[in-house]
Amino acid sequence: MDEILRVEGLSKTFRLSRKQQKIERTSRKEIVAVDNLSFTANKSEIFGLLGPNGAGKTTTLRMLATLIHPDSGDAILDGYSVVSQPEKVRGKIGFLTSELKLEDFFTPNYLFDFFSHLHHVDEAISRERKQQMFGRFGIDKFAEVKVANLSTGMKQKLSLVISLVHDPGIIIFDEPTNGLDVLTARTVTDYLQELRSEGKTIILSTHIFSLVEKLCDRVGIIIDGQLTHCDTLENICGGQSLEDRFFDIYKEKKGGEE
Amino acid sequence: MKSNTWTIIKKEFARFFGDRQLLFTTVIMPGLLIYIIYSFMGTGMKKMATEGANEQVTLCVENLPESMAPLVDGVPFTVAVQQPVTQEDIDKLEDKSLNVVLMRFPEAFDEKVAAYDPQSGEFAPNIEIYYNSANNASTRVFHMLQNSLTIYEEQLSNRFDINRIESVDDQFDMANQDDVLGSVLSKLIPMLILMLLFSGVMGIAPSAIAGEKERGTIATLLVTPMKRNELALGKVVSLSGMALLSGISSFIGIVLSLPKMIQADTAGVELGLNYTGGDYAVLLITILATVLIMASVVSLFSALAKDVKNAGTMIVPFMLVVMFCGLTPMFQSSVPENLTAYMIPFYNSIQVMTSVFAHEMKWMPVVVMLVSNVVYTGIAVWVLTRMFNSEKVMFSK
Repeated sequence: MDEILRVEGLSKTFRLSRKQQKIERTSRKEIVAVDNLSFTANKSEIFGLLGPNGAGKTTTLRMLATLIHPDSGDAILDGYSVVSQPEKVRGKIGFLTSELKLEDFFTPNYLFDFFSHLHHVDEAISRERKQQMFGRFGIDKFAEVKVANLSTGMKQKLSLVISLVHDPGIIIFDEPTNGLDVLTARTVTDYLQELRSEGKTIILSTHIFSLVEKLCDRVGIIIDGQLTHCDTLENICGGQSLEDRFFDIYKEKKGGEE
Repeated sequence: MKSNTWTIIKKEFARFFGDRQLLFTTVIMPGLLIYIIYSFMGTGMKKMATEGANEQVTLCVENLPESMAPLVDGVPFTVAVQQPVTQEDIDKLEDKSLNVVLMRFPEAFDEKVAAYDPQSGEFAPNIEIYYNSANNASTRVFHMLQNSLTIYEEQLSNRFDINRIESVDDQFDMANQDDVLGSVLSKLIPMLILMLLFSGVMGIAPSAIAGEKERGTIATLLVTPMKRNELALGKVVSLSGMALLSGISSFIGIVLSLPKMIQADTAGVELGLNYTGGDYAVLLITILATVLIMASVVSLFSALAKDVKNAGTMIVPFMLVVMFCGLTPMFQSSVPENLTAYMIPFYNSIQVMTSVFAHEMKWMPVVVMLVSNVVYTGIAVWVLTRMFNSEKVMFSK
């Protein structure tokens, strides 16, 4: 299989402010969010990062999206380094998280064109892609309605469409179904499978076992910033359900620490 | 200009021009308000200065001495000499709708004044003037009488004069009308322009950067392949353009309302605004350079702030510094000769604008100011780029 993503020894430590120390009830001045993480992802595959809250999944994805810089290590996406070629990397990926918002004032039409410009998509291609994507997600009827007046589900679909204006080869989703209603969640998961069949690579983070079982070809289990397992579901689970296997791994990891 | 920067500029302007409320409050309202307020003030001041003259006031005088006859002759109000001014008359003055002033001289006033020795320790002859300060006409006549009597009193002990005007050609203040007007304008207008530009920047910049951080929309921009310096430049240029529109609106308001203000202030003396096209061009360049650096600095604070409210708080000390710079022309007799003074941001803009209004403009200070402000803007854009690159700044909660 063609390797499209290689993560090598990625680490990230955050300094805790006094306020954060109080909230976390700790005297530690820093927290290791991601600790020497290494894995690979292949073309046309959905790779899932599975872990509890605070495990380091989002931090990892944010480093891959070049929103934050790794303290050490690197990740090579489609031949480009997140450390030395962040702009090139951003041109290759589509990144979506609930933290990313669209300006309420503009219409889907305007925003699609605006982000197409920023990604330097050819105008004719952009027009065609807009028609296709808006039709696919039912946004075409609301193309001239300001984002502020769209329903939550429609906003989320629009965010998904906007993150893919440039038809990226690698799609990074942080908790793709978080906060979505069942209909939108289904639309998104169906679309992710469709993207895989088109040859795209999808890296997603989640703590929902059923989502991993439904979508992921390979999975990396991340606990306390460290990757404990990285393989296909079959190889990790060995006949067990993913949920049972995950808790075994979790206990093992935590027991090992104690 | 790089195409991503241009895309950001277009987006910011689309947001600005598409939001009618923002457009009205930032561009239309400042100029309109300034014009309305200043015109209203000017018209009001003029009305106050002239309307009293047409009002009929009755001056009742008791014991009018011969020496005071010229005082009441030819005054623009009715004079009724009566004997005596009673307590009943005085009580009537409490009715503020009555345009009456009562004046009571002591008997044999002229003789008593002539016989009075200031060294005697006795009280001097006293003139009583009863008026109602709640009635404008009554107050005006009181002040008119008081001034005339004061001048008369000074003449009684006159030993020497200063700048006595014996004919209409006598002139001791050698400043021409342009210089006088220029001096007044150079102390007021630059400060006003600076304040208006600042309020324009403040109305837009925090929302465009801190607001985008707060709403999470800037992160969406940061995951595009656009370089951070393109984003920073796009923000600064578009904010400067918007603030400039706001400043121009305010400036037009000032220019249109100024003749009305001047007319009121100079009580009818004809004064012209004799500024050349070059003066206006320098003024425009200065405003542009000022707005660039102002938008850059406010953008830095906005990028540093967690939200719009926080940005507003952080900008207050900076605003005070800018306002202080705006006040400096009031405490100086002329603009500085030393060119290094024109390297100090904001102070340099104020000084160049002051020199334009005072008809003292020289080209070198303008060039130094312009180059300095462009360099500072460049530095600010560079710092803003670094801030957009900093996860601590962009994603701190």
